[in-house]
Amino acid sequence: MHDLIIVGAGPAGLSASIYASRYGIDHLIIGESMGGTIAWAHKVDNFPGLPGLTGGELAQKIADHAKSLGVEIKAKEVSKIEKTDGGFSLTTSDGESFETRAVIIATGTRRRELGVRGEKTFAGKGVSYCTTCDAPFFKGKIVAVVGGANAACSGVVHISDFAKQVFLLYRKSNLRAEKAWIDELKKKDNVEILYETNVSEIKGSDKVERIILDKDYNGKKELEVDGVFIEIGGVPAAALIKELRVECDEAGYVKTDEKMKTNIKGIFSAGDINSTNREFQQVVVACSEGAIASFSAYNFLKK
Amino acid sequence: MAKVFTTENFQEEVINSEKLVLVDFSANWCGPCQMIGSVIEELAEELEGKVSVGKVNVDENQELAQKYSVMSIPTIIVFKNGKQTGKVLGAVGKDQLLELISKA
Repeated sequence: MHDLIIVGAGPAGLSASIYASRYGIDHLIIGESMGGTIAWAHKVDNFPGLPGLTGGELAQKIADHAKSLGVEIKAKEVSKIEKTDGGFSLTTSDGESFETRAVIIATGTRRRELGVRGEKTFAGKGVSYCTTCDAPFFKGKIVAVVGGANAACSGVVHISDFAKQVFLLYRKSNLRAEKAWIDELKKKDNVEILYETNVSEIKGSDKVERIILDKDYNGKKELEVDGVFIEIGGVPAAALIKELRVECDEAGYVKTDEKMKTNIKGIFSAGDINSTNREFQQVVVACSEGAIASFSAYNFLKK
Repeated sequence: MAKVFTTENFQEEVINSEKLVLVDFSANWCGPCQMIGSVIEELAEELEGKVSVGKVNVDENQELAQKYSVMSIPTIIVFKNGKQTGKVLGAVGKDQLLELISKA
């Protein structure tokens, strides 16, 4: 029986662990995606004290810090959490079970898919969810990036150094990224922004060859591209806690109080999965919520 | 430790291998590749003697990436008797990689 299990190994879970280690709480991290969503960012310029790192570097630094304090991290997916007499029982997708008195949920979000025809067929064949990872495969090619927030705009800035031409397709009329990213994006002469435009289908043979738009561009709905990068945010990874009846908002994000307590005693929640951060999923916020969740777990456990 | 597969040794180490081979196509500049890197190292250690586990740096071995149609990294491919038996994209967890191996 552990005192605490942290589910999720992104900035929120890792920060919770740093605090838990320093409070002397016997704990474990179980998370299939080391580093979380930030590992996908090509550059993070808003984390205090550490500007200019890649998302992967920042995630690695936070993970190294947590590991240096002795926590064990299991790279597995938790598939079930059940209430027991002494706390909770967690089961991983390969069938291993863990008992714990308290849980911090820090599972973040899963990448949102466009949900159009061709998206799954061409995943890894021109359809990508990571500009940082896959931009170099599109040297001298034409690509479309879908989205309008930080991930999409910073992704365009990155990929425009490789691709011959980049189309940024956004469903609304105003980009919602930080001004710093929009300013940088607008300096690029190989980027064209198509506002109020959606992709309705992705087509090709062995790999992506064109996309179909929901409105005309140069008199045609068809746009020839070699790649489509989908950067439209995430959906909460909250399926795990449904059975426990942890209270969530209408979109499935977890509701907590300011101390990161959920409606279930002994279950805390931090980071991108929390309802309060839906419009502001930032590493600095995730880290701080992880710390607060750990402090609350500490107070809960010492009672 | 995970092996290093290259254009030069791929035929011998992967295609002609008598063991199952798990190949992680990745690169240094890719965050998710770095994150899955520690899982790959763990697998290399745990499966030593049973499954050959290694990495292909796609920057230095572009021919291999093209040959196996890798356009997204990390891409993990399992080979049995020189043939691909399974493939996953992205920084997946250890259980998914073990499943890929058990299905081969």
